[in-house]
Amino acid sequence: MRNRRVVEIWVGLFVALGAAALFALAIQVSNIPVFESTDGYEVELRFANIGGLRTRAPVTVGGVRVGRVSDIRLDPDSYQAVVSARIQSDYRLPEDTSASIYTSGLLGEQYIALDPGGMDMYLRDGDEITLTQSALVLERLIGQFLYQMGGDNEEE
Amino acid sequence: MLNGLQRLGATSLEVFARLGRGFLFLLRALAGMPALALRPGLVVQQLFSVGVLSLVIIVVSGLFVGMVLGLQGYTTLVNFGADQSLGVLVALSVVRELGPVVTALLFGGRAGSALAAEIGLMKSTDQLSGMEMMAVDPMRRVIAPRLLAGFLAMPLLAAIFSFLAIFGAYLVGVGLLGVDSGAFWGQMQDAVEFREDILNGVIKSLAFGFVASWIAVFEGYDAEPTSEGVSRATTRTVVNTSLAVLGLDFVLTALMFG
Repeated sequence: MRNRRVVEIWVGLFVALGAAALFALAIQVSNIPVFESTDGYEVELRFANIGGLRTRAPVTVGGVRVGRVSDIRLDPDSYQAVVSARIQSDYRLPEDTSASIYTSGLLGEQYIALDPGGMDMYLRDGDEITLTQSALVLERLIGQFLYQMGGDNEEE
Repeated sequence: MLNGLQRLGATSLEVFARLGRGFLFLLRALAGMPALALRPGLVVQQLFSVGVLSLVIIVVSGLFVGMVLGLQGYTTLVNFGADQSLGVLVALSVVRELGPVVTALLFGGRAGSALAAEIGLMKSTDQLSGMEMMAVDPMRRVIAPRLLAGFLAMPLLAAIFSFLAIFGAYLVGVGLLGVDSGAFWGQMQDAVEFREDILNGVIKSLAFGFVASWIAVFEGYDAEPTSEGVSRATTRTVVNTSLAVLGLDFVLTALMFG
């Protein structure tokens, strides 16, 4: 009987270890959405070009993450990219907040940086941020630069 | 010419016969499963020999695989100034692929071979026929608990392996090579999705556990009742398990991440 008890204790330990490892993977390794507060409010941003922005990209104010991109789609009429972002409800943003898409590091992933304005009215769920600046696309930038260079030369 | 054709035909018939026997065997074993609810002690006993006794090799190889991944990943990533992404690299490769696959290969070598040898020896010493004589169904008493224990133990072992591999990479990357600890975990948490990556890894390990224990139990049961037959069954278990796991992994990866 004692032998059986030892076996059962070991098996219990094994199962507990396995469950703990799964739990640790969920908490420490992944951003399990269950534990991330889903409350907050959603705002829409319209960009002419979002570059390489993806869903779940961070939305920051002053470098601090205040939310995430929840959805990206194309407006079929205006051909603008409509980005929905969920902002945590602890943060209130003025209505004249402006948004731009930046890249973290030289080759890092892209994120949305918000610059709060000075108005007294605050953004609410479903509101739209209209002051936006598109992502810098490197090829386009170089193209413009070369074009300008060419134009300069012709004038001279 | 005709002889060659005949041999080809005989071999293929044998392969198909084995596949059919394996499938019927699986159905009979599954039919024996409900009876286990009355005697959970049988499954616990098998969980001990399949799971607990495999812990040592899983723990050690998990740690070392993680440490080596950390070292190799760092030396490559640091050339691009991306050494902060070490955590992402290690976590994604371990959780999606290496964890379930390497665990299944080790499981086939450590637990599968033992299962096949045990059942094969039971058969060659007529223990299984003896049970039938006493109106004890060997499917319920011997096969079903082993199959269920293997199926249950694999995801647990794979989770332990994955966690320890990431911990090993953390030890090497942060402790030894000086990657920033915040960037290591933070980038990892940003990149690894629970449903997409971790749950799919668990599903993979469940599938591998099922296939590995099915092969092991069937090879043992189907062994020729001689000492040579038992040895061949053990070898076939390890080889077939490895091939099945690797092939299945490709299919599952294509389905999940393709």
